[in-house]
Amino acid sequence: MKARGFVGDAARRLSSNPAAVVALYLMSAIIALALLAPWINPNSAETLDWAHAAARPGMQSAHWFGTDRLGRDLFVRTLAGARMSIAIGLMASLISLFVGVSYGAIAGYFGGRADQVMMRIVEILSGLPLVFFVIFLTVIFGRSEYLLFLSIGAVGWLTMARIVRGQTLSIRQQEFIEAAVASGASSSRIIARHVIPNVVGPVVVYATLMVPQIILFESFLSFLGLGIQEPGASLGTLVAEGVGEMETAPWILVVPGGFLAVLLLCLNIFGDGLRDALDVKET
Amino acid sequence: MIRYFFLRLAAAVPTLLIIITATFFLMHEAPGGPFDQEQALAPEILSNLQRSYGLDQPIAIQYGRYLKLLMHGDFGPSFKYKDFTVTELIAQGFPVTFTLGVIAMALALSIGIPLGTFAALHHNSPADYGTMSFAVMGIAIPTFVVLPFLGLLFGVYLHWVPVAGWESGSIRHLALPVIALALPPLAYIARLTRGSMLEIMRAHFIRTAFAKGLPAHTVIFRHALRPALTPVASYLVPAVASIMTGSLVVESIAGLPGIGRYLVQGALNRDYTLVLGMVIIYSALLIGLGLLVDLLYAWLDPRVRH
Amino acid sequence: MIPTLQIEALSVGFSQRDAMIQAVDQVSLRVAPGECVGIVGESGSGKTQMFMAAMGLLPSNASATGSVRFEGKEILAVNSALKRVRGSKLTMIFQDPMTSLTPHLQIGTQLAEVLVHHNGASWGEARIMAGRMLDRVQIPESKRRLHEYPYELSGGMRQRVMIAMSLLCRPSLLIADEPTTALDVTVQAQIIELLRAVREEFGMALVLVSHDLSVVAGLAQRINVMYAGRIVESAPAEELFRHPRHPYTAALLKCIPSVSGQRRARLQTLDGQPPRTGEKLEACAFAPRCPRSAERCRIERPQLKAKAASDVACHFPERS
Repeated sequence: MKARGFVGDAARRLSSNPAAVVALYLMSAIIALALLAPWINPNSAETLDWAHAAARPGMQSAHWFGTDRLGRDLFVRTLAGARMSIAIGLMASLISLFVGVSYGAIAGYFGGRADQVMMRIVEILSGLPLVFFVIFLTVIFGRSEYLLFLSIGAVGWLTMARIVRGQTLSIRQQEFIEAAVASGASSSRIIARHVIPNVVGPVVVYATLMVPQIILFESFLSFLGLGIQEPGASLGTLVAEGVGEMETAPWILVVPGGFLAVLLLCLNIFGDGLRDALDVKET
Repeated sequence: MIRYFFLRLAAAVPTLLIIITATFFLMHEAPGGPFDQEQALAPEILSNLQRSYGLDQPIAIQYGRYLKLLMHGDFGPSFKYKDFTVTELIAQGFPVTFTLGVIAMALALSIGIPLGTFAALHHNSPADYGTMSFAVMGIAIPTFVVLPFLGLLFGVYLHWVPVAGWESGSIRHLALPVIALALPPLAYIARLTRGSMLEIMRAHFIRTAFAKGLPAHTVIFRHALRPALTPVASYLVPAVASIMTGSLVVESIAGLPGIGRYLVQGALNRDYTLVLGMVIIYSALLIGLGLLVDLLYAWLDPRVRH
Repeated sequence: MIPTLQIEALSVGFSQRDAMIQAVDQVSLRVAPGECVGIVGESGSGKTQMFMAAMGLLPSNASATGSVRFEGKEILAVNSALKRVRGSKLTMIFQDPMTSLTPHLQIGTQLAEVLVHHNGASWGEARIMAGRMLDRVQIPESKRRLHEYPYELSGGMRQRVMIAMSLLCRPSLLIADEPTTALDVTVQAQIIELLRAVREEFGMALVLVSHDLSVVAGLAQRINVMYAGRIVESAPAEELFRHPRHPYTAALLKCIPSVSGQRRARLQTLDGQPPRTGEKLEACAFAPRCPRSAERCRIERPQLKAKAASDVACHFPERS
């Protein structure tokens, strides 16, 4: 009951925000394009077209957005990169979600000392920029895909934990929890069956807001060469390539760069609109 | 005030210590780490390390020596550059990064705050919408996209500035990197200031100030600005963190010899001591800054002092 | 003699989302030099918004029409004229002393800036005069207070500081909007007493706005009763209390619990609710709750005759 009212309210307020609505549509279009691309454009991201290496964008050639140094079609490559970035973004968000929700629910449910300690840790970790520790860990453990996911997932769990903890604290006061405790249910059962379903609303919202942050972080790492390795490519890697060719073949930079910029812009505008519409407090 | 400062200092030191300790042990014990037998280290490097840390000693002793060296500002030998110690590399690179960061921060504050105030005072006007649209773009678009685009426009096409490189103190080389670095915090500060200012202008004490017949500029600068800046003060440390993060890409793209670039290269080269040293420096800077901001709070709001 | 304050047909409306909310509906009022006028009404009756309009303190989504003349000069929507008198000759104090002072500035600064701005005094001189005014409003240890911050003062003291701020330039009129509502009962009496003393000493006009008749009773020479954004009765204080002519006024008076009344008598209340702020009404606003209302009341709006010394807006007023 509560969750439904929450979402309905939000949808209404969101639709009165023109920028957010436009962003939502544009974003969906971009994501759809990226995901459906393999069926639309016959060119594969791997095809090396030596005849048209580093070709300018143009309507005449088969490559509308030009090609890179190795003759790969830029449009297709960019969309492939976008697919990669989005996929990583979603997966890492899920990890973040899982960790954050569990952590926050436990802290909020048990309260007292445990809560204080757990939240203090969150507080300290929030203050320090993640990048440096991720880089440090990458250096030590080497560049494995698992590490990448874990570290990227580590971006969002802090805020998620805080929100879930706040919500849990307020839910805990409510009567049906007392009833469950009185009837002898174990803590983990209560948390799983009563607490978590009730925090779904704000969690969904913040999960949505986390995605652009995560995509940004992944692109950042990939740009520096610390993220996705060849042959995989995300938008970050493509932009890095583009920077190298900046003075001779600028479109190699502009196409993936512009794409990434627009994607993140839409995600952010939509996220802002969503947050305004919901006015969720972190506590 | 003094007592307050020392209290905060006492709280900050343990955090730094924890970071140093955690990173040290991680480096030594982690599988695949630098001291793993599988790693083949060049003999010169190995002997450097041996000299500084005593690699065959028990771990506790190594830790002790490490701390002692740290106290003297010695971060140990580099894992990759056999002729350099990490300290030397940091000393070389720090002034560059520091200059970059300070100018960027100053730019962000000196443009962001007036911009936000202006937007708040012209609430719901085209100027307000324009400013806020600009702010969203500054926040959303990553620095590693902004800087190359700026370089493309102003460097490659317009030839106003060189695209990369560093000449001590040359403005032309600094201009684009600084702008790209300052943009996200600038945008965020503008947004914060605007929101805060809008709220403050509705406060009762502002109504009193107007009722007293004070002119608008006096009300804004003497009565509204200071409380409106509290959220900006809270943002200072994250802003610096953002600039630090940004400096990694900015220095890499523009070829600036700062510690940001060393860190990135160190990461790519798996130069453990270098990266470790950087992490500690950055952490210490942030924690120190946090202290300063606490003091700033006390100044902004007299009630906090008690 | 030119009235110190003359309000004619003042209407104040707020635009919220798509609707226009009428807070003040064609109000006319006069305050003579040195006179003390009371304005009584429930919250939402428009009594505060009326004077916010006069002082030019309405928010941006509000619009005011009509005329407000201060010492003969029009100040409603005439910025130049308003700037000359606001804060110096025409001053206002508000209901919430706890939040009406700027938290990060010293009391002395907040007082002195009035003199610095209006009289061109130097900061040093201004602070000395501020100290003297603090003495006048009976704040002990004035010199020390000048360096203190608002959070160090109690509610009653903050209100005294507000009064001091409003007197610094020898105003011709002080508007006191619910000055005692947020204060303890004992402090209330002190503040009212202070206002009386100050008025005598400075010979200024005073407008006292309150929802509490007893607050207004001791001080006001003339009382205006407001309901739903309109003035429904205006009379000299004594007359109003002895012979209220509007049914609303009569009901209000009956509601005041009396110390000398019967023990265990029920507290009098008024049935019904006042119209929600902004409902536009063509007829008498009080009709739905009035024991004497008739058909005429529901169609035709009763008018207050302007300029009469005592008047009532009612089709069937009580005979005096």
